[in-house]
Amino acid sequence: MATRKILLANDHIPGIQTYEVYRRQGGYRSVEKALKNMSPDDVVEEVKRSGLRGRGGAGFPTGMKWSFLAKPEGVPRYLLCNADESEPGTFKDRYLMERIPHLLVEGMICASYALGCRASYIYIRGEYKWIVKILERAIEEAYANGWLGENILGSGYSLDLYVAPGAGAYICGEETALIESLEGKRGNPRIKPPFPALKGLWDCPTVVNNVESICAVAPVINDGAEAYAAVGVGKSTGTKLISACGNINNPGVYEIELGLPVEEFIYSDEYCGGIKNGKQLKAVVPGGSSVPILPAQLILKTANGENRLLTYESLADGGFQSGSMLGSGGFIVYDEDQCIVRNTWNFSRFYHHESCGQCSPCREGTGWMEKVLHRLEHGHGRMQDVDLLVDIASKIEGNTICPLGDAAAWPVASAIRHFRDEFEWHVREPQLSQQRNYGLAGQTLATV
Amino acid sequence: MVKVKIDGFEIEVEPGSTILQAARKIGGDIVPPAMCYYSSLKGSGGKCRTCLVKVAKSSEKDPRPMPKLVASCSTPVQDGMEVENITNPGVLEARKAVVEFLLINHPLDCPVCDQAGECKLQDLAFEHGSSLTRYEEERRTFDKIDIGPYIQLHMNRCILCYRCVYTADQLTDGRVHGVLNRGDAAEIGTYIENSIENDMSGNMIDVCPVGALTDKTFRFKSRVWFLNPMDAHRDCDCCSGKATVWMFGNEIYRVTARKDEYGEVAEFICNTCRFEKKDTADWVIEGPRHIERTSVISQNHYEKTAGDVPGTMQDN
Repeated sequence: MATRKILLANDHIPGIQTYEVYRRQGGYRSVEKALKNMSPDDVVEEVKRSGLRGRGGAGFPTGMKWSFLAKPEGVPRYLLCNADESEPGTFKDRYLMERIPHLLVEGMICASYALGCRASYIYIRGEYKWIVKILERAIEEAYANGWLGENILGSGYSLDLYVAPGAGAYICGEETALIESLEGKRGNPRIKPPFPALKGLWDCPTVVNNVESICAVAPVINDGAEAYAAVGVGKSTGTKLISACGNINNPGVYEIELGLPVEEFIYSDEYCGGIKNGKQLKAVVPGGSSVPILPAQLILKTANGENRLLTYESLADGGFQSGSMLGSGGFIVYDEDQCIVRNTWNFSRFYHHESCGQCSPCREGTGWMEKVLHRLEHGHGRMQDVDLLVDIASKIEGNTICPLGDAAAWPVASAIRHFRDEFEWHVREPQLSQQRNYGLAGQTLATV
Repeated sequence: MVKVKIDGFEIEVEPGSTILQAARKIGGDIVPPAMCYYSSLKGSGGKCRTCLVKVAKSSEKDPRPMPKLVASCSTPVQDGMEVENITNPGVLEARKAVVEFLLINHPLDCPVCDQAGECKLQDLAFEHGSSLTRYEEERRTFDKIDIGPYIQLHMNRCILCYRCVYTADQLTDGRVHGVLNRGDAAEIGTYIENSIENDMSGNMIDVCPVGALTDKTFRFKSRVWFLNPMDAHRDCDCCSGKATVWMFGNEIYRVTARKDEYGEVAEFICNTCRFEKKDTADWVIEGPRHIERTSVISQNHYEKTAGDVPGTMQDN
């Protein structure tokens, strides 16, 4: 089926980065509609009814998050856009901001209006330097055409929008670390409670949303909550950007309707186009490096034999025993030649490097896991190391200040859960494992 | 007032208190250990994760248990809350794990460490640690740094509790001291080895739960359990002048602030009192400082023999 595109409907049009072309394609209609015909509460209600869920990873309903925002008298409120996209395998926000910067600006205006913010920030990762310029140009154009600044469209509503680049730390994608960093401090996650909805930026009520979530607000307002909710399956409404990479024929960013079967996504020519060089599928990390890895038979079908769909629920089916998460949509595909041990070591090296070092389980545990995995991968492992890794992972998980500890523990725990034979093979055959990869041995593949 | 139950003991506390504060009000075995929390330092706590507890019932209104273990030092109590600390095997398991994490990069150089005998990490490891290590890799190491004329930083021993950072921030003017780098490479530092020179900097030594910050005027002079801690005071222009002097015979070996049973200082003292007044004539000695019976320091029975020390109350 041809996918209805909502966010990327116009991304192929030349010059869509500029205000004129974007406006000609119906841009900023949602701002007109919201500011002229709707109250802020109407906008919140509309987003709530659309069923839009946070696209950054956790999948928390956006409208619900907005309604939790405290609104004390005389205290400013802030909307922060989390553009600190640094999860390995995820590059969807980059595409959105590079390609259609005005969509983000438009979404920011609608969302800020709904929350009653006078100033809003786009916090972008330091490595996206060139995108800062793209966004700043878009914001300038929006100011010049009266979509930002004092008294927008004569409605009496005023908004200033800023782009704030970070210094390139993964941890600043955690919302409270983002707030700390934006305040000019070291990007350490805060201890919760209080939650940002109560005390966030400069101790004022704050909402932090992912780029894609904010972009999706514009079409929700334009076409109405019902039209948006009509796309998708069950509680996973609308579309999702999936950034596909790894051993596939067509890596890239795809907008899919939630509910698309994983099998179709991997093998259809419209999307990934199958596994490269005619190889066989070995495993998939479906939502960015921190979600559990799944072997081929479990990513295509759930443990109950149902088709696995790209929805929040279907991917999580089976819990962590046989399921995973939709996460941020960083879809990483591995073919039969890839080494799971090496991949797990690579991931844990990333988390070791990016741990902020504030709380002890994550600071010490991530480094420990990396060292043990390094040993295993390089042929110096022992059989008890495999259980040691599972034990360390279980002791980091849930005991840390922020979710980075969980994110570091899940890939290791899941890789051992599903590919224990491969880890043990590295221990048993240290020399052989240096010469070739384990391949698909022992895996029963679903017929494709 | 709100009612909260910890390991079966019920107590009423002020709204807004944390679980740890409530537990300390009850006292005894059920108080979770805290390596980073320090009641007089704003923002401290939540980092070391040794005080994790299970909330079995969130409140009277919402009786559901909290899904994860929570840090008792930073979780406020609610009316009807039920907390499990030492009665929950999962909590003890997690605490054991945290102690293991804290120790994997710790040099375990207690035999040559000045903090030995009054070290919180030593106590914690004694109670919750394992006698074997599963960590075989090289431990991370740093060079020793002198920060100012009085203090030495031994980063290898640091557990990154951030207490000294908050102390330097909140007690003194001008921020000179913070955490550099990230993850397990993070270190306490004054940017490019500045020295810390102000009147209250010595308090960083007192708040340090381990031997990372040590008093250079006392380093390697004596083990703490050979000394007799005495409460003493003097007239001081810049602090309360109330301190504990650590004596060996007639000599004062070192001066610290007075610490309570949780190792917390009630009144911070200035550097003059701490580092420069080491003569018995400088101090009015009040009598022996009470140290917990379980501490190795009280094993020399100084409280009984205090009468032998000249200048104490019994003498007068």
